[in-house]
Amino acid sequence: MYPTDFRYTKEHEWVKVSGGTATVGITDHAQHELGDVVFVELPKAGAQVTAGQSLGTIESVKAVSEIYSPVSGEVIEVNPVLASAPEKVNEDPHGAAWLIKVKLANAAELPALLDAAAYEKFIAESEKGNLV
Amino acid sequence: MSDAIKKAGRHVTQNEGLIFEKSAPGKRGFELPPLDVPATDARAALGEEYAREAVEGFPEVSEIEVMRHFTRLSTWNYSIDLGMYPLGSCTMKYNPRVNEFVARLDGIATEHPFQPQAVSRGCLEIMRTLQNCLLEITGMDACTLEPSAGAQGELTGLLMIRAYLENKGNPRRKVLIPDSAHGTNPATAAISGYEVENIRSDANGQIDVAALKEQVGDDVAALMITNPSTLGVFEPRIGEIAGILHERGALLYMDGANMNALAGISRPGDFGVDVMHVNLHKTFSQPHGGGGPGAGPVLVKKILEPFLPVPVLVEKNGQPILEMHRQTSIGRVRAFCGNFGVLVRALAYMLAYGPGIRQATEDAVLNANYIRRRLEDVYELPYKSASMHEVVFSDARQKRNGVNTMDIAKRLIDYGFHPYTTAFPLIVPGALMIEPTESESKEECDLFVDAMRSIAEEAAATPELVKTAPHTTRVGRLDEVAAARKPILRWKP
Amino acid sequence: MRYLPKSPSERQAMLAAVGAHSADDLFACIPAQYRLHRPLNLPGPLSEAEIVAWFRARAAENSLGFTSFLGAGVYNHLRSVVTDTILQRGEFLTSYTPYQAEISQGTLQAIFEFQTLICELTGQEVANASMWDGSTATTEAVLMAERLTRRHRVVVARTLHPEYRHVLATYARNLGIAIEEIDYTESGQLDAEALAAAVNDETAAVVVQSPNFFGAMERVSELAGMAHARKALLIVAITEAVSLGAVRPPAEADIVAMETQSFGMAPSFGGPYAGVIATREQFVRQMPGRLAGQTTDSAGRRGFVLTLATREQHIRREKATSNICTNQALCALAATVHLCLLGKEGLRELAEQNLAKSRFAAAELARVPGVRVPFSAPYFNEFVVELPRSVRIVNDALLREKIIGPLPIGPWYPELTKRGLVCVTETTPRSEIERFAAALRCALAQPI
Repeated sequence: MYPTDFRYTKEHEWVKVSGGTATVGITDHAQHELGDVVFVELPKAGAQVTAGQSLGTIESVKAVSEIYSPVSGEVIEVNPVLASAPEKVNEDPHGAAWLIKVKLANAAELPALLDAAAYEKFIAESEKGNLV
Repeated sequence: MSDAIKKAGRHVTQNEGLIFEKSAPGKRGFELPPLDVPATDARAALGEEYAREAVEGFPEVSEIEVMRHFTRLSTWNYSIDLGMYPLGSCTMKYNPRVNEFVARLDGIATEHPFQPQAVSRGCLEIMRTLQNCLLEITGMDACTLEPSAGAQGELTGLLMIRAYLENKGNPRRKVLIPDSAHGTNPATAAISGYEVENIRSDANGQIDVAALKEQVGDDVAALMITNPSTLGVFEPRIGEIAGILHERGALLYMDGANMNALAGISRPGDFGVDVMHVNLHKTFSQPHGGGGPGAGPVLVKKILEPFLPVPVLVEKNGQPILEMHRQTSIGRVRAFCGNFGVLVRALAYMLAYGPGIRQATEDAVLNANYIRRRLEDVYELPYKSASMHEVVFSDARQKRNGVNTMDIAKRLIDYGFHPYTTAFPLIVPGALMIEPTESESKEECDLFVDAMRSIAEEAAATPELVKTAPHTTRVGRLDEVAAARKPILRWKP
Repeated sequence: MRYLPKSPSERQAMLAAVGAHSADDLFACIPAQYRLHRPLNLPGPLSEAEIVAWFRARAAENSLGFTSFLGAGVYNHLRSVVTDTILQRGEFLTSYTPYQAEISQGTLQAIFEFQTLICELTGQEVANASMWDGSTATTEAVLMAERLTRRHRVVVARTLHPEYRHVLATYARNLGIAIEEIDYTESGQLDAEALAAAVNDETAAVVVQSPNFFGAMERVSELAGMAHARKALLIVAITEAVSLGAVRPPAEADIVAMETQSFGMAPSFGGPYAGVIATREQFVRQMPGRLAGQTTDSAGRRGFVLTLATREQHIRREKATSNICTNQALCALAATVHLCLLGKEGLRELAEQNLAKSRFAAAELARVPGVRVPFSAPYFNEFVVELPRSVRIVNDALLREKIIGPLPIGPWYPELTKRGLVCVTETTPRSEIERFAAALRCALAQPI
């Protein structure tokens, strides 16, 4: 269910690396928790992002969530469709609704992230915890 | 919006459009008396650079159209005059009409804030009397009536705390706020230049005193609490909490939103509060008016008196006067001396009760406990401590059928009530926060209980009916997602 | 007690239902040492007639029967009784904030109309549902500019209302915002050259008021250019909203912070009024305050909801655009009704009457020996007069004639001790203006 060529964070972001470029987005689990997305606030091209720190926010009608960057580096591209069609985050969170592309500063950050199997396990366990 | 937008129905009073849609050139709603001085041409008087042509897009309608328009709109609103608002921590009580009458008197409504104090003695006496009443009710030492709302009262209080601590050499960095707090508390702390640190609630929904002991370090300026809490529960260890803070040089701020549980019964000044605000639009009957105006007077202990915002109401030769300058003051939080018209209404309310205000508090707490007793077998009660003027249930049982607190609230509308507070406080997932106030009769309380019990049955037997509510309103559930994605915030010709 | 709908037997029944013997049992949860054992020492209880009598007595101690020439941020204007009739409908007066949209469509549609009217008036693209007043609206506009530009300096005209500046300073001090004040020239307007020199790449906003505290028009277009040249925002504060009936709106401003008291709200010794912020659409997500937006329900019917709520405190908490929760909704409704009654032509006519009255007054006063009108800039309905002696002493004499004279501005502008601010609106009869001039002549003729 979760692409095996992505890596994941416990804050529900995904990252896909190709060469020295990392594409970042939020997972299907995250968009489902948020509900209908109405607005996405992203950094501009040229900005620096740092692994573990907020790069922007995603808003639904009743909630706001920080987006934490899985990797560090310089933002080289920002997805232009989200400004006018934030609903894409709900429709295709792993594909068309990628958020930013980053020039990877430190590939050593990647192994610490979860792979698809570990992420799916993480979600399953936290959901169990919620059913008290 | 597309042509697919339909009107709400055929009935003319349900179909009222925007005032701009009724406009046509040449109609007037208000005429001015004729000018008794030579007329001036705007262009000539102001010059080409400053003169305006006309306010395009402004409506042109007659007086009767204005009356009908707003009268029709008003019929689409729920109101206290119609029925109960069981909204937790809002204290939606009856708004006495004599308050409206006196606020409009010539000699009260007509007074200008900059007029000489010699011809404002009546206004100053109103302010002094109100201050004294609030000091007596809260057990505090000094007061400002300036803040425009509870949130501004919170800001004023925190700025005074900062000034006090600065005066002692160190303003400190953090304010502790419980996870059950109203959103204005952390928002205000941020605007006063303090960092917000959450303090968690214990298993009873009260302040975790052990955690507090650890968290109150030298960098903590204050704890902001609401007492009784947003769960409607009195903090039994409040004295101890105040002691911990004071020992470490920090102060205790109390959000007075829940004073409706305490007036005449207990005084925050007696249980260790250093500074607090009250909401005149909650406990003290100022009408909500669709969202305001209100007022948030702040009451303080002597140690904070030097820092009150200007102007300060003081006594000189037995007369109340406004002192415009005070060296140690935090400054000014708004122009002029406050929402005076709101102060008038609050005072009229207090004069009606006198010491009998205790009875109102007793009735408020009685109503909440009565409702709790009659609903606790059908709705989950997450915290079992004694309720004061409000009770918090959760939707845990109804959730099993996919019905949540929002759905129950919307279905309540079909029974003729305004919803209770949904999804707050944050420490109770799926909260139903109910505050009836003393204005509800036993009959109204019983009707409310019957409605809630009926909905609980519906949630079990016919959940779809609840999930798609309301069914009897002029418009159904509105598309908030579209409104947020593509905001339309004004009419365009 | 007439506000409590319970009979003694109903109380008994309810106490029994909750298992309490008396009301005291309900408060057992409060530790004994914090429970009061005496009645509160409060005045009352008073019957309705006694309450009215008490407030009438207070009214008699105020300025009934006086003619006032005060403005300075609060203006005497005609108000229709229709406005008050609508405001006092219980469905508007006693309704709650419209969070439950289905049963608050009256309030929400009225807010939408208010937002639209404010946009038309100010030449801006979006407006909010109200702020507490003009002074806090101006302060919040500065905080908004800080968020938008991520800069921390503001350049403020000294001709911005002194109490507005005081509020801004009170808020700014704790937020690390540096304020630089720019002086005025002999025309009574802001010193534009000094402003241009003060604006730099650290400036978040330039804040001016027009008409300014002296009543004079500021050159908004020129000031906008100076601010924008350094990528700073221009905030224009407006205290006398009626001016927009005859004066070009500040369309070049990035943010307008306006006081709407002039539209249907009584002076009421300082409040409640209704401030408002209006701005460009691109800034809307950084704008504080509630917003009503148009939408549809599932059957396609038009309706209105509060929207973009993620800016606000109840969702964003410490990261909110403001801490504002309760605003001035009913006052904003008064403005909405008032503006609909006036309409396009009525507002223009009202503004022109104000221009006419103030010019007549200025001419009358200037004819009094020793009095002059020192500032040369065009003005709307307020202007500064200079007297040959202390304004306060002259006012004492005028007060004996039941005239509330010029507001002394020396306390705020120590270099202007013999100057006072005079405001004349459509409500001041010609005969009173003439009486004022005569009384002033008389007062100045007295030996010192």
